[in-house]
Amino acid sequence: MKLYNRGMIIAGILVFLILATFPFWYGGGKAVPPPDLKLDTPAIQRLKEKRCVESTPYMRANHMKLLAAWRDAAVREGNRSYTAADGQVIPVSLTGTCLGCHSNKDKFCDRCHDYSGAKPACWNCHIIPEEVR
Amino acid sequence: MIGKPLGISVLAILILTLSALGIAFTPLSFLLTALLPYAAFAVFIGGFVYRVVNWAKAPVPFRITTTCGQQTSLPWIKNNSLESPADVWGVIGRMALEVFLFRSLFRNTDVAIVGKRPVYGSAKWLWFFGLLFHWSLLIIVLRHLRFFIEPITPWINGLSAVDGFFEIGVPTLYLSDGALLLGLTFLFLRRLVVPQLRYISLVTDYFALLLLLGIVTTGLLMRHFFPADLIQIKNMALGWITFVPAMPKEVGPVFYIHLCFVFTLLAWFPFSKLMHMGGIFLSPTRNLANDNRMRRHLNPWNAPVKVHTYEEYEDEFREKMKLAGLPLEKE
Ligand code: HEM
Repeated sequence: MKLYNRGMIIAGILVFLILATFPFWYGGGKAVPPPDLKLDTPAIQRLKEKRCVESTPYMRANHMKLLAAWRDAAVREGNRSYTAADGQVIPVSLTGTCLGCHSNKDKFCDRCHDYSGAKPACWNCHIIPEEVR
Repeated sequence: MIGKPLGISVLAILILTLSALGIAFTPLSFLLTALLPYAAFAVFIGGFVYRVVNWAKAPVPFRITTTCGQQTSLPWIKNNSLESPADVWGVIGRMALEVFLFRSLFRNTDVAIVGKRPVYGSAKWLWFFGLLFHWSLLIIVLRHLRFFIEPITPWINGLSAVDGFFEIGVPTLYLSDGALLLGLTFLFLRRLVVPQLRYISLVTDYFALLLLLGIVTTGLLMRHFFPADLIQIKNMALGWITFVPAMPKEVGPVFYIHLCFVFTLLAWFPFSKLMHMGGIFLSPTRNLANDNRMRRHLNPWNAPVKVHTYEEYEDEFREKMKLAGLPLEKE
């Protein structure tokens, strides 16, 4: 059977195919290694028990919510201590507590954030200690 | 039975949800994360091309000129080149207005009986919520490219930044998500609430809306309530496109439902009314220039007619005509 308006139809189908397969040709089919997180800062190496304020699975899924809760507690209620699930009381401070251990923002925080396209607003207010020094 | 189409659609959605949940934590989950992605995508691409080619096989012998503007005729009559285009550029303009702004929905009217007389007014609700829904869907699909591209290109990050401009909550609420939910909810309620629409609505009408609502709901649940491990998910998505399967661990049941809905959408798309995505470009009232008076359009299915012209007739009977004294064109 005849294809009417052959030129336009084929051009249209080609445009559709190119757009729909964008991720396939854009990356060139190269395998990409998952982000490599560095947990080897001096502060972490000095820790006896290598554990964040909560368990790793919890932190991985909820650190953004925890930090948002910390911000609200500290800035709005002046409450600067956090009691973890295991009863430890921890000072609420991004620069002091979090970055105290994770002093390598570019090799830890940024690796995942860049990979997943998350753009946290932390650094609109907070300084990155290394950059200031 | 008016409730039946809705009931069947809800049932279909439930079955999809339960099958996704059923295999989420079994070894069968590789179906969803490794096999169905390719199957669904192949059916989508193949089916889409098949439908378009099928349409292109139908001859369109005559220009359909249901237009609402003055056609191009004499030089001193002002024509409307967008509503009644006579050339390719006009057609492109009219098509662009239709595709990007839903021009013909904007003309939607409503009729009400006021004092025993019908009164016509404009009705822009369908146009507005339709546009809201389609644009948000496009933005969301483009934003999802962040799972398929590494490093993420600046325009994708930029789009996400603009979409999350108000930084409501952590993680940021995307405005397109709210808009999509609003648009879909309106389109769905419209079919339930307006009696005439409810009467003509079929299973496919409800199913398309419910499926999309399911995708948005599971997406929003993952983003705001049951966090999904985006690193695992991106590893898996990159695995698909580089043909290096990466099985995700601990991504949560909601993600499996999201995926199951998306693959259903992809595979069903070419065979459903959603094919209007490709079909709009093949709509005769939108893509044919109104040039019937300038060009002769031959019907391609006309059977070949054996003709005997007057010249041939005269050649055949010249002698006899001459004898009978009939006038001849050629002596
Ligand atoms: C037609 C296709 C799809 C539609 C309409 C859709 C829709 C949505 C929506 C509305 C959200 C809410 C948050 C946001 O807008 O980012 C979302 C989230 C999400 N979607 Fe989809 N989705 C689709 C396909 C996919 C696919 C193929 C994947 C797998 C790679 C996926 C993975 C996710 C994930 C991981 C989230 C959570 C994002 C986050 O937590 O930031 N989606 N989806």
